Amino acid sequence: MRLLSPTKVRLLSFGRGDVLAGSGGPTVRSLTSPPLLTRRGLPKEKMSENGLMSRAKVLTIDTMNPTVKKVEYAVRGPIVQRAVELERELSEGMKKPFVEVIRANIGDAHAMGQQPITFFRQVLALCSYPELLNDSTFPEDAKSRAHRILQSCGGNSMGSYSASQGIDSVRQDVARYIERRDGGVSCDPDDIYLTTGASDGIVTMLKLLMCGEGAARTGVMISIPQYPLYSAALAELGAVQINYYLNEENCWSLDITELQRALDEARLHCNPRALCIINPGNPTGQVQSRECIEDVIRFAAKERLFLMADEVYQDNVYADGCQFHSFKKVLFEMGPEYSNTVELASFHSTSKCYMGECGFRGGYMEIINMDDDVKAQLTKLVSVRLCPPVPGQALMDLVVNPPQPGEPSYDNFIKERTATLSVLAEKAKLTEQVLNTVQGISCNPVQGAMYSFPRITIPKKAIEEALDKGQQPDMFYCMKMLEETGICLVPGSGFGQKEGTYHFRMTILPPTDKLQILLNKVKEFHQKFTQQYS
Amino acid sequence: PFPPYHTAVRGVDGKHHNNSNNNNNNNEMSQQAMNGVPQRGKLLTLDNMNPKVKRVEYAVRGPIVQRAVQIEKELREGVKKPFTEVIKANIGDAHAMGQKPITFLRQVLALCSYPELLKDNQFPEDAKKRAQRILEACGGHSIGAYSASQGIECIRHDVAHFIEKRDGGIPSNPDNIYLSTGASDAIVTILKLLVSGEGRDRTGVMISIPQYPLYSAALAELDAVQISYYLDEDKCWSLDVKELRRALYAARQHCNPRVLCIINPGNPTGQVQSRQCIEDVIRFAKEENLFLMADEVYQDNVYAEGCQFHSFKKVLFEMGPEYSSKVEMASFHSTSKCYMGECGFRGGYMEVINMDPEVKAQLTKLVSVRLCPPVPGQALLDLVVNPPQPDEPSYATFMKERTAVLAALAEKAKLTEQIFNTVPGITCNPVQGAMYTFPRISLPQKAIDKAKEEGQVPDMFYCMKLLEEEGICLVPGSGFGQREGTFHFRMTILPPTEKLKLVLKKIKDFHLRFTKEFS
Repeated sequence: MRLLSPTKVRLLSFGRGDVLAGSGGPTVRSLTSPPLLTRRGLPKEKMSENGLMSRAKVLTIDTMNPTVKKVEYAVRGPIVQRAVELERELSEGMKKPFVEVIRANIGDAHAMGQQPITFFRQVLALCSYPELLNDSTFPEDAKSRAHRILQSCGGNSMGSYSASQGIDSVRQDVARYIERRDGGVSCDPDDIYLTTGASDGIVTMLKLLMCGEGAARTGVMISIPQYPLYSAALAELGAVQINYYLNEENCWSLDITELQRALDEARLHCNPRALCIINPGNPTGQVQSRECIEDVIRFAAKERLFLMADEVYQDNVYADGCQFHSFKKVLFEMGPEYSNTVELASFHSTSKCYMGECGFRGGYMEIINMDDDVKAQLTKLVSVRLCPPVPGQALMDLVVNPPQPGEPSYDNFIKERTATLSVLAEKAKLTEQVLNTVQGISCNPVQGAMYSFPRITIPKKAIEEALDKGQQPDMFYCMKMLEETGICLVPGSGFGQKEGTYHFRMTILPPTDKLQILLNKVKEFHQKFTQQYS
Repeated sequence: PFPPYHTAVRGVDGKHHNNSNNNNNNNEMSQQAMNGVPQRGKLLTLDNMNPKVKRVEYAVRGPIVQRAVQIEKELREGVKKPFTEVIKANIGDAHAMGQKPITFLRQVLALCSYPELLKDNQFPEDAKKRAQRILEACGGHSIGAYSASQGIECIRHDVAHFIEKRDGGIPSNPDNIYLSTGASDAIVTILKLLVSGEGRDRTGVMISIPQYPLYSAALAELDAVQISYYLDEDKCWSLDVKELRRALYAARQHCNPRVLCIINPGNPTGQVQSRQCIEDVIRFAKEENLFLMADEVYQDNVYAEGCQFHSFKKVLFEMGPEYSSKVEMASFHSTSKCYMGECGFRGGYMEVINMDPEVKAQLTKLVSVRLCPPVPGQALLDLVVNPPQPDEPSYATFMKERTAVLAALAEKAKLTEQIFNTVPGITCNPVQGAMYTFPRISLPQKAIDKAKEEGQVPDMFYCMKLLEEEGICLVPGSGFGQREGTFHFRMTILPPTEKLKLVLKKIKDFHLRFTKEFS
């Protein structure tokens, strides 16, 4: 089966179609071998009824969508699959050098023990079961939020479809939130689209931008290292990925000359149309300076690139002297020359920050300066999927419109929020400090987001053994760490890295005491690994 | 002075315009067209955006619904209309039409959202038990954690048990269950896997006409070839294998047909397939080497006497190993329809059968990119497949609520058919199942001419006029596809009985008036 390349299948199929059409195809088609393996339901195929042929699947690895095959998503890749297996083995009583698997591969706050924000969950319970509105144990502000959300749902139920762009009142709340965040820069609720997590919004925007073939095919600039949603989406959409490298030596900063280099090279073989920025950075944790953002905007304006600003970690900034600046705000502060022309989409989510509500798949995007006709197309496109999950929309509403001073839930909300964020700041520092004590590991400060992306030195012997096994050296390293310590990390190769360098991504989310243990285990493993292969 | 591309959308007025897919030339044009200052032109325009996206159409939320929303706004602003409210009968949105959620489902969801309530003794024990079980299967015992991309494991087990019970014991493997973001998500995912080849080797997908426009929209976006097979309106929208064969053979001349999609019970047509018909379809799929996609989201919505839902899975396995070990199939279900009507939660699942293990691995990888389906929707699905049992405290109420919803739907299905069939110029097949009626309407020649003058398809003209005059929002048959020269609309039967009677009467009056006006 496998000997059959997709190309051959295509040629064979052409031949058959021509017969039916009663016309001869170009000569090249007649050069193909007999139709042993065509899959088009030809009566001829029945000749091999008792052979392989009729057993063959309609859908095989050779005949499936080739762009899907190219998709890779390391955050839930082979290493995570092995982690799940190990968990099963442990639960079946198998002996391992560890008692539990620690999944530090993904930014999944609640799974790491972070508690949900009480107010959010109260309102969601009220929305789910409105009988509870009669229950006096719920605070009044939670009830009034729930009431307001339910009133904007069809039939006052979260079980109704919402408008495809999202519930009106929620979009209005998002717009007001953005205005407050951006010091009064105005925001039109019509520019807000609620989404199924930020990923959904990002893929939708990329989809709109696709066009052309060959050298005219849309190219999209993404950082290396990147969050692999981007590379996966580009592979699936058949877009050209244009890599620009972040500067590890300068705390993963973004450098305009590097953007220019990447763009100029790419222009030779594709049509670069979009520039994606993740700020604060995933997996690299840097927080962009205001000046850097201005430079990027100027670059996008000059080079006519559509800007996509992934700002899902906007509340996750820990380092002294760092501050989150939204692309929207900076764009508008640069004056009408920019704010009237640069096309921008920015993305936010309920999954990160202090709430960490990943399971609800809530999010929004704001689009700026989008052509009206294109916007109509966007609205049409999202309507096919009917609407984002309504509980996620409700949650988004609470995130952008949390308890206010004077409301009964305010104090508790602030207490919970502050506790989560200050613990994260502490863990960001701890991670950097501990990892930097290990010889062969060097780690930039985790200025923001939820991950550390340290560089690791892998001995030559280990690299050779990995290559022998057909594995990336950092995959080899992470796999070995998983087997020996139960710690599940994601190899740097899943995010991209400069050739010859190796990294891993680790989330800083585990509770402090557990994180401490984890870091020590990583340290010991690295030392042992280095010794073993030197 | 406006270049032609400027009107190349299907406007709010519902007029047809031809889309231009000629990107490169127009791209330059559009930039110069903006006062000759190329810099000012938008980067992303109708001419240089994804041409496949432009071809997507989704009538259920199309121009007529946009106009309905505008009218609602006008009403709120005090604009005088011949009606006081817009009734949106365009979509199967049960709760929006006043159907009440099932108490047990919502209790468990509240408990999962705010586990403090587990201490509250106003909740029945079985609801608490379900909530606890779901929470235990979540990371950190929170529905705020990501789940496995394929869905929470214990829920997939529950789904598999549900399928086994439904199908009289035919085994179902939880590994073949993928939870999804509504059924739509899963349908698009499977279609995505199946699309390959270029030109005459491009994947062709057979869909019924009339169809649910998710299919045509997804095929447009994936650039697959749509192969239309027509349901037989004169035989209660039944499916005829001869017609399948005709469509298939015609399509083989220009594409590579690989997939056959079936919606049973039918949307928008409401027919329920007989067991015999399903067998014929399966035999056809096997003979012709087609991947079967069975959209069974209305499986509990069967009203007509003598009709019964048969799952494709069950029939397939009862046809013996010659079929059950070979025919590749995916079947789809959802939390949005049936008696629960929980559309907003976007819950659903698919079961894949006989899928090549390598392809399955690719499927698992593909869904992992989106991390996971919404967990509240997964929880809800768990309750749907594992509802209260006879010995549990919530059973009696659950059954009462469920039965009431389904009985009312059966009554409304009959009512709709009866009333429409009293109107000269409207003929309506029985609504055997699902949630819609798709009556045929005769339009006077003068109305057809008028519509064409205005650049509208005639049934859009009709529906738009109905909306403006009566405030009733329907979807024209052209949005689902229909035989050339016939006209229809889709209307949901979901409004409460009294309101439904009113809607039917208004449509009747309108139709008579319309016929008179244009004859």
